[in-house]
Amino acid sequence: MLKIPKTIYDQMLAHAKAEAPLECCGLLAGKDGAVEMIYPMTNADHSPVRYMIDPKEQFVVFKEMRAKENDLVAIYHSHPHTEAYPSTTDVRLAYYPDAVYIIVSLENPNRPVMKAYRIVDNKISPEAFEIIES
Amino acid sequence: MSIKVRIPTPLRSLTGGQSVVEINGKDIGDVIALLDKQYPGIKTRICDEENEIRRFVNIYVNEEDIRFKQGQATALKEGDEVSIIPAIAGGAQEEVGRWPA
Repeated sequence: MLKIPKTIYDQMLAHAKAEAPLECCGLLAGKDGAVEMIYPMTNADHSPVRYMIDPKEQFVVFKEMRAKENDLVAIYHSHPHTEAYPSTTDVRLAYYPDAVYIIVSLENPNRPVMKAYRIVDNKISPEAFEIIES
Repeated sequence: MSIKVRIPTPLRSLTGGQSVVEINGKDIGDVIALLDKQYPGIKTRICDEENEIRRFVNIYVNEEDIRFKQGQATALKEGDEVSIIPAIAGGAQEEVGRWPA
């Protein structure tokens, strides 16, 4: 099961709120499902309904992950106005079957909802995660 | 001429789990063709039907995106490192009509 330190969980929520009404995106790195690092990334699409992690930033962060011998554990993004469930766009563009896809919904701005999924061969399955005290 | 090619996790099922492979190629197009010869099926993951690099695949030679160089004609030299990196993208927008209802 994915383990997310509370500080990183809070950072994801804060990132989603700070970028709203645009979508935010970022990466979580670690080992064996235990998240150790958060990399908030630039949404190159600057859109309320689409995201693309800035490719050059992604290249640099992937290199850093390799240097630290970390894996890409999860990919997060926000849905500022819709539920925390993968859209058809999310599914079509899910190229990383080994990563967990986390979605932060701000549909109700006072009560953000975070959910996690695996997206493999166009199939969505919920993934459990645990917030751990850090 | 030996070029080091970094294979992204989503394509490692095609390279027997290898994250780095060595290929002798004079340019990017050559490397992709030789990769496909060695690991059949990898090319269709990188290029579309028109033989263009897919929109959501980024390829770097050392630190530079080949889109800002000469694309598939980007020349390679001994010791160059090629990284194939699928983009990370998506979003709330639903693709109405894309899939059968």
